[in-house]
Amino acid sequence: MWEALKRLYHRMGSPKWFYEISARWLPWFAIPAALCMIVGTVWGLAFAPADYQQGNSFRIIYIHVPAAILAQSAYAMMAIAGAIFLIWRMKMAAWVAASIAPIGASFCFIALMTGAIWGKPTWGTWWVWDARLTSMLLLLFLYFGVMALQKAMDTEDTAAKAGAILSLVGLVNIPIIKYSVEWWNTLHQPATLKLTEESTMAMDMLIPLLIMIVGFYLLFATLIFMRTRNQVLWHERKKNWVKKLIQAQAER
Amino acid sequence: MTRSVPVDPSSRFTTHCDLSAHNVSCERDDRLLFEDLNLSVKKGDLIQLVGPNGAGKTTLLRLMAGLNQDFEGEVRWCDENIQECFQDYARQRLYIGHLSAIKKVLTPLENLRWFVSSWPEVKEDDLWQALEEVTLAGYEDVPCQQLSAGQQRRVALARLLVTPTPLWILDEPFTALDKAGVDWLEGQLAKHVEFGGSVLITSHHALNDIPALRQIELGMHK
Amino acid sequence: MSLVVATIKRDLVIAARNPGEWLNPLMFFLMVLALFPLAVDPDPKFLAKIAAGVVWVAALLATLLSLDALFKADVEDGTLEQWLASGESLYAMALGKVFVHWCISGLPLTLVAPLLALMMNLPEEAYSALFFSLLLGTPILSLLGAVGAALTAGVRSGGLLLSLVILPLYIPILIFGASAVYHAGIEMEYAGQLGFLASFLCIAMTLTPFAVAGALKLNLSR
Repeated sequence: MWEALKRLYHRMGSPKWFYEISARWLPWFAIPAALCMIVGTVWGLAFAPADYQQGNSFRIIYIHVPAAILAQSAYAMMAIAGAIFLIWRMKMAAWVAASIAPIGASFCFIALMTGAIWGKPTWGTWWVWDARLTSMLLLLFLYFGVMALQKAMDTEDTAAKAGAILSLVGLVNIPIIKYSVEWWNTLHQPATLKLTEESTMAMDMLIPLLIMIVGFYLLFATLIFMRTRNQVLWHERKKNWVKKLIQAQAER
Repeated sequence: MTRSVPVDPSSRFTTHCDLSAHNVSCERDDRLLFEDLNLSVKKGDLIQLVGPNGAGKTTLLRLMAGLNQDFEGEVRWCDENIQECFQDYARQRLYIGHLSAIKKVLTPLENLRWFVSSWPEVKEDDLWQALEEVTLAGYEDVPCQQLSAGQQRRVALARLLVTPTPLWILDEPFTALDKAGVDWLEGQLAKHVEFGGSVLITSHHALNDIPALRQIELGMHK
Repeated sequence: MSLVVATIKRDLVIAARNPGEWLNPLMFFLMVLALFPLAVDPDPKFLAKIAAGVVWVAALLATLLSLDALFKADVEDGTLEQWLASGESLYAMALGKVFVHWCISGLPLTLVAPLLALMMNLPEEAYSALFFSLLLGTPILSLLGAVGAALTAGVRSGGLLLSLVILPLYIPILIFGASAVYHAGIEMEYAGQLGFLASFLCIAMTLTPFAVAGALKLNLSR
């Protein structure tokens, strides 16, 4: 078992192997992602019952909640990939981390936008300093910081290392930030209406939501694979196997 | 610059270890600087790295000094990987980069004091004498920003006189020195290897007069 | 350890000779405070209400402003190289540098803030809370800020980038610091907030030096 894991790890370190295997894996993520998202969206928008308090406007959770969950777990994944790069100097991990940053930031942005759109019918304003929205905003700032730092470095290696260090510091801080924001929020009159109360959700509202969450994760994996494949090609552009690949493509 | 070194250097280094690079390869930005390079610096050696700009002289110097771990292969001090005996190694070698680490608002004496703080055995008197030797007598209390580039370089080089290390690693130490300064530094290098020290140096300056000199050419990889 | 102590001493001497280093953040602090009555409302009652938050925001910005220079000079003049060459622990060096930074930014702010809070009509009851929250909070600002300063030390015009990177991390300190002062002002218990700040300080003191040390190594110029 341990040996098999080690072998997998060493293979993962090889860009060429990753490039070849990911081409085969990609459809196994992309197709279920599309299926889940279509089923989840149609079910959630058309068939799930309307909320007794919020009416139809609650249906935005089918995008808002998965996006918010992914934005947070993407940050953790980026930091872990960064740590793997820092500790074992595995370049593939750095490329994965670099692929995650903009995708995670996009999901974060989607969560914020949908939250604001949801806020309009629910609270009557586009923006409320609600604990969830605020910590999502701060998470977006954390993504911005990592991306700005990576862009500012003059070599790819320092960019990757600096991004990894910052995302690790951010990862340690996220729970502290989340906790402080929640604490701060309870101090200043709690929101009259909570955005989500999962525990009280009816089954036929919850199932499409779960399907959407799975779909978002699969979509995320698909995007990461695609971006990382691009990174591999770019970084290995001077290697023979990439040159051969391009030639083969040209001849076809 | 004719005064002798304050301490008799022949008694300085009772033991001297070898610094050696084993099959060292290094690439920067997808460019191979050197591959499977072997190099050893023994007692009495004066080794000058030469080669065109960008050949990797400074990179090799830094990784031999233990400042850069981003390479393949191994660098050993006393037959031990330098990263494993770094504390000991750091006390036995003096590294002066092309950046002199001089703080401009401080005086030469204050700068020198900071430089030698890792060697508590160095006495205050030695610092004054060293500054005198590099012809900075009378400038001890003048902030370095009022000194010329050459004089600032001399402050950095005064460390050669006070730091009791057998191995010197110097990156372009002749920069900004005048004729007298160059002669003085050449004399110091010769004296150091004569008394059983060793020197690893990068320089575009020709060091022909020193018998112990060995040159290593870098930049053969294209 | 001796190099760390020498560096602390040296940096304090430098700060003493360049009074701008510690005076400028104080003046900036004063000016930012003056903006609020001018821009929002000079009514004493209103000012008393926002004083806690405003003083804390101004202190945070003043610290941020002084952070940019924390490692920049050391990277540019080769001091960083000498730290690495010395074999001293970078962890200790990072703590030492942060200590100096706190002495010349956080400490003066902590001492001066209660005086300037007069201008913001801060309620009398809140003065000790302001002092103690700044005393506990400003070292965390320096510690976290040092990570950003080390990451951006080699970047041209890194000041703005530093703010982008560090500001989100400052939020918890701002929340608890300002809240302690605000609660003291309305005669409520604020020991809890100070307790949070104290525990954040402990966490930051143990963890951030690792990140600073790692980030500093990225700044070795090739």
